[in-house]
Amino acid sequence: MLKLPIYLDHNSTTPMDPRVLEAMIPFFTENFGNAASRNHSFGWHAEEAVDYAREQIAQLIGADPKEIIFTSGATEGNNLGIKGVYEMYASKGNHIITCTTEHKAVLDTCKHLEKLGAEVTYLEVQPDGLIDLKALEAAMRPTTILVAIMYANNEIGVIQPVKEIAAIAKKHGALYFSDAVQAVGKIPVNVIADGIDIMSFTAHKMYGPKGVGALYVRRKNPRVKVTAQIDGGGHERGMRSGTLNVPGIVGFGKAAEIARLDMASDTERISKLRDKLENALKVIDETYVNGNPAHRLPHVSNISFKYVEGEGLMMGFNKDIALSSGSACTSASLEPSYVLKALGLGDDLAHSSLRFGLGRYTTEEQIDFTINAVTDTVLKLREMSPLWEMFKEGIDIDAIQWAHH
Amino acid sequence: MAYSDKVIDHYSNPKNVGTLDKASNTVGTGLVGAPECGDVMRLQIQVDNATGIITDAKFKTFGCGSAIASSSLATEWLKGKSVDEAVKIDNMDLVEELNLPPVKIHCSVLAEDAIKAAINDYRSKNGLEQLVFEERIH
Repeated sequence: MLKLPIYLDHNSTTPMDPRVLEAMIPFFTENFGNAASRNHSFGWHAEEAVDYAREQIAQLIGADPKEIIFTSGATEGNNLGIKGVYEMYASKGNHIITCTTEHKAVLDTCKHLEKLGAEVTYLEVQPDGLIDLKALEAAMRPTTILVAIMYANNEIGVIQPVKEIAAIAKKHGALYFSDAVQAVGKIPVNVIADGIDIMSFTAHKMYGPKGVGALYVRRKNPRVKVTAQIDGGGHERGMRSGTLNVPGIVGFGKAAEIARLDMASDTERISKLRDKLENALKVIDETYVNGNPAHRLPHVSNISFKYVEGEGLMMGFNKDIALSSGSACTSASLEPSYVLKALGLGDDLAHSSLRFGLGRYTTEEQIDFTINAVTDTVLKLREMSPLWEMFKEGIDIDAIQWAHH
Repeated sequence: MAYSDKVIDHYSNPKNVGTLDKASNTVGTGLVGAPECGDVMRLQIQVDNATGIITDAKFKTFGCGSAIASSSLATEWLKGKSVDEAVKIDNMDLVEELNLPPVKIHCSVLAEDAIKAAINDYRSKNGLEQLVFEERIH
């Protein structure tokens, strides 16, 4: 029996794996110690648990446990990674390179630094969502201290050429920071092989708890330091003060371990379901998949259904299916997704998009239900769409003088 | 965001979806909005030239549920009204009837604009001067 509603928004957050919850429970009540309490067993137990989690997390990304700095999540990690480098390496330069499809936690951090004197280059992406490596190379300056390019995009799932980006940064003596929140735990990420210097990620996107994340900070070749953004007791090698969220960290560790062990089988199953969904929806006329299909996360599909509006489309099934739209009709700005616009999509296609994010507990039955519900709604709304009627009559919609309001 | 029951009802069972012959001089067509804004509304009225009564109204809308509901309700209200009465339909009446939240008021404004555009189209086909409406900020 199919249980509704169906959750297909795993890029925004994931349910916690019951195995993670089980690992966390003792650390709320019995083992409640402060990991920084050095003089009694409560503190020792907590520290031991944190150290174990640090190892589990380090192992997932091929790092040394000492290179893991716990944070409250990826937004903090992005702030600490970028602002921390800007402050620490101020004597070397003030130029940062990022790209237009980054998460707001990166873009707004860069904008903040611009006010403080940073020079920031925002690279455009190509129509498939990937950055142009030649443009990156051309943007490098003697004053470039940091390249901040995400691992995988949250809206369209495209995976950037991380190794090549890292090589270019290294060649020019800049550090490479990557927001890897969508990638870690979903696809193999190895900071050594990838050449990443600083990387943020979070537990709640990989079936762990909310409110805990990590910043990887390389200790060798080169040894990287970031200036703390939160001052206090000098926790986390002085880079992030604050009492550690021990139960959260324990859960994060467990989630990382499960992700590492189950990644291959999860990916195989989920990508098959994603492909089934995508292939079935592509059968509908005037439907476009956004983002480079060959360099994409296995669980994401972003599709534009031309001539229907995304929010109106979601209304057709949102009591049964939870997913996300690139349209922003609910916001006062009426601006559609900046990520889709950065790909060069017209506003009409950007307004017509849905993001499907599958996950560990997605079933084939749920995908079949989704295929039917989305197809039915698209066809019904097109019968109601003046744009669809014009398209069918061969009228060039772009040639019409629309009254912008 | 939660939609009101009335919006959901119009979205699920829209009234008067369709197309009238836009070449006919008894039909007025209003096409408003823009694809870039995520809303395009086409509203048409069929007018009895002898009585000035709107005998039929149809719409097609590209947009969110509130835009679809606003145009569906507008066509319901138009049928049976004289053209002179139809001009007086105010977007706030739609807002009230559909219980639209502030971020969706522009949907009702669009519906009002579509009604006025349809009436002016009808008037110009029949040699009547264009009604001038106050410029509004959406």
